[in-house]
Parts: sequence; structure tokens; C-alpha cells
Amino acid sequence: MKSSPSIVSHFGAGLIKNNPVFVQVLGMCPTLAVTTSVANGLAMGLATTFVVVSAATIASIINRIVPGQVRIPVYAVIIATFVTIADLVLKAFFPPLSEALGPYVPLIVVNCMIMGRIEAFATRNAVGPSIADALGTGAGFTGALMVLGGVREILGSGELFGAAIFGSGYTPMLIMILPAGAFIALGLLMALFNHLQAGGSLILRKAA
Amino acid sequence: MEFIAVLLVAVLVNNFVLYYFVGICPFIGVSKQIDSAVSMGIAVTFVMTLTAAATWLINNLVLIRFGLPFLEYVSYILVIASLVQFVEMFIKKTLPALYKTLGIFLPLITTNCAILFVALIQAMREYEFLQSIVFGFGAGVGFTLAIVIMAGIREQLETADIPRPFQGAAVTLIVAGVLALAFMGFTGLVSA
Repeated sequence: MKSSPSIVSHFGAGLIKNNPVFVQVLGMCPTLAVTTSVANGLAMGLATTFVVVSAATIASIINRIVPGQVRIPVYAVIIATFVTIADLVLKAFFPPLSEALGPYVPLIVVNCMIMGRIEAFATRNAVGPSIADALGTGAGFTGALMVLGGVREILGSGELFGAAIFGSGYTPMLIMILPAGAFIALGLLMALFNHLQAGGSLILRKAA
Repeated sequence: MEFIAVLLVAVLVNNFVLYYFVGICPFIGVSKQIDSAVSMGIAVTFVMTLTAAATWLINNLVLIRFGLPFLEYVSYILVIASLVQFVEMFIKKTLPALYKTLGIFLPLITTNCAILFVALIQAMREYEFLQSIVFGFGAGVGFTLAIVIMAGIREQLETADIPRPFQGAAVTLIVAGVLALAFMGFTGLVSA
């Protein structure tokens, strides 16, 4: 019997302390590739959350009947099945988003964050905590993608959710929506996250 | 000529790591030393070339012919997982010296998104069989190039005085950004 506080703590762990992107550095390909705007980041985050929660639920139910040696292929097939569902749903109901995310939707199959949560948590815990853990990880992932997408969209296009936020005088920093900008923006955000985690403040001290 | 274009695009213009962002996990994880970066690159190139051939056959001879495109992802991931397993057993048996160098990298490759990406892109671009193989090989060479350059830079970074919050993955990503900037110079070399 798990009490509710522990469910909350499983959820919270994935959100900040073990944030999949900033702390564990997992799932880098979609993180860098689709975050040219907040909306794309949100869509990729939600699709990944759906897959990790569904796959973790199934994995925690069937882990006792799956022989150890074949567990990786079994989980890979389960993940690939849910990714196919997510891909078909995106294609049918959100064609522009599906177009924007392109081949990175099927790449959710090999997002190491998903296999990581299944191996490290879902196969060793009951269904309830496994869902909480997967939801927390998915939320942490979605949050990180939206922050990165936000920074890149604001600087690279001068927009947020497609709406212009600077006057017409703003010259977009084109580099931020190009591949090089993705690496640099994520590197800088990661350093900021490390700085804040270590108890640093956002206000720079003046050099003495 | 056509094969050279496919090769150049895969290696330089649309470099897998620096343009498509696939294979970032090994790119960051295994790029601390040049030696292991070279081994990882060779292992990836080898598996990518085989994957391109195998998934081309599956896609064109089975999935398209029998109208089963929704099985694409499931069958690709199974093909890649079994291919890696098979390559591992084959090398262990026939080339023990090579196995010693590549051994620990092979299982990691199953979850390397760059491999699945080769399969998806060759299907999307509707390459012919030989083009597909050249593309898989080129993608592997491009990955090797990127990871070896990265390892060379990181060996120098070891002695650099990096501010605490930037240590580890953060500075590696920024260096990768500068590399990607340099590779942007190849845009327009070949019209894709």
C-alpha cells in the first residue's frame, strides 16, 4: 500500500531533481530537433508523456511474466506500438504539427528516457507509483522542451506561440532556430539550471 | 555522380549529429577520448550500412507489397535489435580482436536513434537499394567525423578552466553548437 505523499514524491522527482533533460541528459535528439517553437516543444512533450505513461503502465503489469533475457525487445515493441498510435493520432487530427515534427515522432521509440524509466522504475514497482513516476518524468521533459522552445522562438523569430512580442524593429536572431543555436541555447540553459540547483542566485554580483 | 552526391550530403551537408541531432547520446557519452570515439564510429558505421540494406528490403519487399505501413516502426526496431545481436555474435566468433575494441559499444547501438533514423529517412526519400546502402555508410562516416572531432576538442578541454555550472554536458553542448556552426559552411556544397 503506497500512501499518497510517496506518489507525489515520485511525480516530483522526475519534474525537477531528476529532470530528464537538464539533469540526466536523456532524450537529447527530440529536445534539440523540434524546439524551434514552444508549440512544437509542447506537442513533442505531450506525445512522449503519453508513450512513457502507457508503456510504463503495461511494463509494471507484465514484468512478472516477461523472462529477463527478452525483456528489452518486449519493452521495445510495447513502446513502438504506443508510438505508432501517437503518430497516427497526430497525422489524423493535427496534420500541421505532424508535418512540423516529421521523422522525430517515430524517433520517440528510441528515446532512452522511456526505456530508462521502464528499466529503472516501472519493472520494480506497482502500477500506481509507476504511473506517477512516468507522469513526473514526462512533465519534466515537456517543461524542459517548452522552456528551450520558448527561448529559441522568442530570440529566433521574435514570437511566442506564433504571436509577435517585439515591435517591428526587432531583427530575429536567426541562428537560434538553426541547429547550431539549439546546441548553444541548451548548453546555456543547462548551465543556468546547474547554477540555480547549486543555490546560485539570478542576480549577478558586481566584481569587487 | 549520383552516389557521390548522396554520400556528400550524408557526411557533410546534413550531418546526422550536427544537422539532424540524432545520435547525441553517444556523441556526448563516448566522446571523452579519441580512441573510443573512433571505435564507436566504426561500430555505428558498420551497423548503419547493414541497417540501411536490411530495412530497405523489409520496407520494399514486405511492408509496401502487403500494405502494412503501420508496422513500419515496430518492424524496424526489431530488425535493428536482432541485427545488432547478430553482428555481436558474428564478430565475437570470427574477429575476436575487433570484438575486444567494439564489444561494449555494440549493445548501446540498439538504442542509438541515429540507426533508426537511417531506416526512416531512406524510406521517406524513397532511395533505391544501392543508394540506400551508400546513404547508410555516409551517415556512419559523418557520425564518426563529428564524434572524433568532438573527442579531439574535449581532450583539450580537460585542461581548461571551466566555470562550475558549465562543467560536463553544458560545455559539451556549447562546443557542439560551435561545431554545427562550422558545418553550416557546407550548406550549398550539394543541392540535396
